[in-house]
Amino acid sequence: MEDKMLTGAELVIRGLEHLKVSTIFGVPGGAILPAYDPLYDSPIRHILARHEQGSGHMAEGYAQATGELGVVIATSGPGATNLITSLNNALMDSTPLLAITGQVASEAIGNDAFQEAYTVGLTMAATKHNYLITKASEIPQVLLEAKHIATTGRPGPVLVDIPKDILNEKAKWIEPKLLDLPGYKPTLEANPKMIQQAVNLITDSKKPLLYVGGGIIHSKANVELYDLAKKYNIPVVTTLMGRGAFPDGDELCLGMPGMHGNYTATTSIQNSDLLIAIGVRFDDRVTANPKFFAQNAKVIHADIDPAEIGKVREAEVPIVGDAKSVIKGIIEKLGDVELQTSDWIQEINNMKENYPLNYKQEDKGPLKVPYVLEELQKMSEEDSIVVSGVGQHQMWISLHWKFTKPNTWLNSGGLGTMGYSLPAAIGAKAAFPDKQVLALDGDGCFQMTCQELITASTENIPLKIVVFNNGNHGMVRQWQKIFYNNRFSASELTHHTPDYVKLAEAMGAVGLRMEQKSEVKDVFEKMLEINDKPVLVDCVVDPDDMVFPMVPAGGSNDVIILNEEDLKEL
Amino acid sequence: MSERILSVLVEDKPGVLARISSTISRRGFNINSLSVGPTNIEGRSKMTIVTELESVEQVKKQLNKLINVIKIVELDPDNTIESEVLLMKVSINKDSQTSVIEKANLSGAKSVDVGQDYAVFELTGTSKELKKFENLLKPYGIIEMIRGGRIAIQSNL
Repeated sequence: MEDKMLTGAELVIRGLEHLKVSTIFGVPGGAILPAYDPLYDSPIRHILARHEQGSGHMAEGYAQATGELGVVIATSGPGATNLITSLNNALMDSTPLLAITGQVASEAIGNDAFQEAYTVGLTMAATKHNYLITKASEIPQVLLEAKHIATTGRPGPVLVDIPKDILNEKAKWIEPKLLDLPGYKPTLEANPKMIQQAVNLITDSKKPLLYVGGGIIHSKANVELYDLAKKYNIPVVTTLMGRGAFPDGDELCLGMPGMHGNYTATTSIQNSDLLIAIGVRFDDRVTANPKFFAQNAKVIHADIDPAEIGKVREAEVPIVGDAKSVIKGIIEKLGDVELQTSDWIQEINNMKENYPLNYKQEDKGPLKVPYVLEELQKMSEEDSIVVSGVGQHQMWISLHWKFTKPNTWLNSGGLGTMGYSLPAAIGAKAAFPDKQVLALDGDGCFQMTCQELITASTENIPLKIVVFNNGNHGMVRQWQKIFYNNRFSASELTHHTPDYVKLAEAMGAVGLRMEQKSEVKDVFEKMLEINDKPVLVDCVVDPDDMVFPMVPAGGSNDVIILNEEDLKEL
Repeated sequence: MSERILSVLVEDKPGVLARISSTISRRGFNINSLSVGPTNIEGRSKMTIVTELESVEQVKKQLNKLINVIKIVELDPDNTIESEVLLMKVSINKDSQTSVIEKANLSGAKSVDVGQDYAVFELTGTSKELKKFENLLKPYGIIEMIRGGRIAIQSNL
């Protein structure tokens, strides 16, 4: 067996099997065609997307839900360029992804051949690393390295570009071994001196606050985080990417801070005297104008990526390391110290009481997204996976949905890619066929990747889709209301909006619609009963509703707009 | 001087220069000079990057994220040997010929090509010395000039 010559294409598929890849997402085409032939006989499940961007988001959804590598395969030229949005998305949200692209034959490279694009060049800034294969014999080794780079340290996307002649070239399978990569040695274990300095600050602090994000989820450090917060009574804010890292509903959980964060989370940061920042990057959607961000606080900043530390905010105690090891180290050194945080927690509880999240759903009035979300959560399974698009509905979900487990909230946080929801939900459901997967999307977003509905139907992926249909690019409309004097330039979708129920039916799914409060329960009951097909609910909602709280871009987190009344004072 | 010199050891692989320059331009870093060439170790190249003080920490961290970057050392400015090569084509005529060549030779430059109405000089030195040489010959008319980029090495203490 080992002496048998295999084609490059066979080495690719065998290489993926060797990496224990069970599902891949993709679209075939000329240059990658050789690889699809051995795939035909492989136990690997291939899910045929309708557009390469969709296939990339599917692989991302698979990776975000499982915490493991997502794999996508595409052809050269347009196949590769269509993937770029998903690669950049994965880079921003630190999602482990392996992309395999076909390339024109080696001797045609650089000649503007049919379906040629400079994939390695185009994706250089959209990936953690990329490769152009020059010999078939390299394939198993490069695939192993690519997985290693994608899944370790700060995870991210890695692309492997393979010319067509190399896919047809013959070579022996040589069992790949993880060799030393001289330029890649992520620091996992935190320096004990820095841990001691962090502990000193924590012990001296009166108003400590854990500011945590996606790094906790990548590191699978939610249990350790829970121990740290509960044992020493330290309140926790979870960023958009960190929702689910600490259970909502716990009295120490303050939810999401920032531009559309809730009042208590945002203000606690402003009032804190010590930010214990773990696996976060001081994103502008959290900090607003960094000059005014947490001015009273010292900062402990722990991250696995040294480049994040000091990028936006100088840290009194910088710690490079994996979140789990950092938190374990802090707990160990803190020992039986008792922190006097009860006054601080009282201050926070007062805020919670005085500034709760609110919305008003009238019996006969148009539907409000927060109301619909709360009703849906009451009826859905506890560990259901929620996958969102980008915009108003995304913020409302993050504000109103109660996340209790990591990897149950999938969204495009960094790049803000509209169209993420449906394909990413397909990826999540492919990974967990027995889990309830809810794609909660906006109508603007949905129209960007809705062709993947047929992928869900054909591939027997019975997920639930709720399209919050306000006939508008809602967040754009909100900004135009506030900052552009109600001039709704190109944000209205209403005049040519599709009939989503008919669209669902045309795509082999079940279509339902709700427009009033009285229909919500019945329609969701029907939706949740159907488990043999994808179901789409066209949920017609108020186009004039706005997301609050809000801190305008570049403003100070001390000035939070709580409702429409506050806008008059702007 | 707010300049900082980074000595960057990289894997000699296709695209490594593109990765470095892409990282630098994408992050908007200020780079004064960048040069690259082989080292005594097979498969390893060295880059000398001269940047400004305010960017140096982020430049180091972002470049370190590149898989093909092996090691970045910031050179101690007091203990660094720095060098750069310059080629300059200067216009000459019967009247100026002698004084141009004399000045160039006194500056330590080598005349590598002399024609009817031009002379080409080669000079190796620090960037300060090269600048001084440029100013010296400017009045005669510089037709073309090129500098090779600064390279630097740490001296043993």
